[in-house]
Amino acid sequence: MSDEVEMQYELAQSRSKTFYANFDRKDELQHQTHYCPGCGHGIIHKMVARAIDELGIQNRTILISPVGCSVFAYYYFDVGNVQAAHGRAPAVGTAVKRSRPGSIVVSYQGDGDLSAIGSAEILHAANRGENISVIFVNNAIYSMTGGQVAPTTLLGQWSTTTPGGRKAENEGYPLHVSELLGALEAPVYIERAGLGDNKQIAQAYRAVRKALENQVRGLGFSLVEILSPCPTIWKMSAVDAQHWVRDVMEKTFPLGVIRDRTKEAQPRKMPEAAVSTSEIPQLLGIEHEGPAESHAAPFVRPKTTNLQVRVAGFGGQGVLLLGEVLAEAGLDAGLEVSWLPSYGPEMRSGTSNCHVRLSDEAIDSPLVVRPDVLVAMNEPSLHKFYESVRPGGWVLYNGDAMPEGCDRSDLQVLARPFMQIANQLGDRRAGNMVMLGALLECTGALSQETIDKALGRMVKNAKWLELDKRALAQGRELLRESLKEVCHEG
Amino acid sequence: MADTGKRDRGSLRIDTDECKGCGLCVEACPPKVIHLSDELNHYGYPTATYVGAGCTGCGICFLACPEPGAITVLRLAHAGSSAAKAEMSEGVGR
Repeated sequence: MSDEVEMQYELAQSRSKTFYANFDRKDELQHQTHYCPGCGHGIIHKMVARAIDELGIQNRTILISPVGCSVFAYYYFDVGNVQAAHGRAPAVGTAVKRSRPGSIVVSYQGDGDLSAIGSAEILHAANRGENISVIFVNNAIYSMTGGQVAPTTLLGQWSTTTPGGRKAENEGYPLHVSELLGALEAPVYIERAGLGDNKQIAQAYRAVRKALENQVRGLGFSLVEILSPCPTIWKMSAVDAQHWVRDVMEKTFPLGVIRDRTKEAQPRKMPEAAVSTSEIPQLLGIEHEGPAESHAAPFVRPKTTNLQVRVAGFGGQGVLLLGEVLAEAGLDAGLEVSWLPSYGPEMRSGTSNCHVRLSDEAIDSPLVVRPDVLVAMNEPSLHKFYESVRPGGWVLYNGDAMPEGCDRSDLQVLARPFMQIANQLGDRRAGNMVMLGALLECTGALSQETIDKALGRMVKNAKWLELDKRALAQGRELLRESLKEVCHEG
Repeated sequence: MADTGKRDRGSLRIDTDECKGCGLCVEACPPKVIHLSDELNHYGYPTATYVGAGCTGCGICFLACPEPGAITVLRLAHAGSSAAKAEMSEGVGR
């Protein structure tokens, strides 16, 4: 169709503004979700996003992601996001809603999460009538872990743990969560919908929207259960899986409204707090807020420190130890520190990295997204984190020279074959300490004395300790030399 | 599209990089004007393809599709709906 013709058309259905423009979870595939072809999660995500758009609540929505395939929902929804421990989303949602009453809390959960490990949380959240909206995605099996039996698995249904089909005598009957919650007094709205055909999908959307709208109106607890296909684990084509929802699943889990008191319900009022926060110290007989006064000499902090470091390389290069020594020494120096080893769920090929922060002030998050110093022990790590380094920051790279494409002019760089240099000192495994030496020299963050003390605690072998100290000194020297070179060139 | 002088009520745009070829839109489409391509996309999936005519703009394929932006549904604008055109020229392309 030519553009000229297309100009006569207007948008009817298009990508929701509630989704991020790019999904930056992976380097590639930034436009796709991680769900399998034909997965119900994608369809239900779009329903939630569309309802948020239509109700105009994007800026006050807080989505609680569960454990399950939809654990990564926070990569897709451009709203407030909290990822809860397995099954605990309704409890976390309760806390979020009570501490931020103006927010719209959506607890998005699968059947393993909600009906098995989280059965207590959902029951009590519903029984308290918490003013939250729960989207319960039921595909009658544990899919992310490979297809084990779930409380919702149908009688006779195959799973890896019921290879002969589910039997009531052994695994019990399919759990009807919606009916169970429908027996409680507090819930305002409970409906079971499905994704089995066009009609069901349209009804499922109306239910999702209603569940969110009820919360906007302040009415109380709403839950929509959606029977959803899992083509991969059910071992069916996407279309067959859709039909299976309609033709088979629906017989066990009949669709329809189980509870609807939205017409007569009044907006819920939370009771006033018994005492205000400011009154609590007085009630407890505490005279001073904050730490007791000390008679010791006041602690003098070193000069202002706020150092964020990312260390990355292959496993076995000493990535984590480098970070640990830095953090331990920071502790000795009286700083706030954090050390966070980082492994992605699909990064099992032996790469390793850690986040280290040293600061005068309390550390808000142990994540280092924009490092001041990047220690890259191999080329893939360099490429992965190079662009994230703060302007004016340092890159220490284990290689003869910076590879092509790494030519930012706003960074200071030291590229040396650190592992080989360590080898000349006695053992290539001390390469991490040569790099740490260079790091300490370029940041000036900690005294050599504090580093030696921390190192002494962590490295028990005297021979290694001696080698590591020489490696640290060598690293400092390499950096000083490189600065001199720059001066001469300049 | 055969130019009979009368436009279809709707039209489709499909992002072939985003489509995973599940075929749910093919199944959902009431006038059956979507099919799966013979060629595979960059990621190895056949992709949904609009046959080029007959779309009613009902939007059911959009609801049935699991990907956020694989399908965009367009509807014939009413005369004088310039706001809609302005929105389209700004917002559609990614």
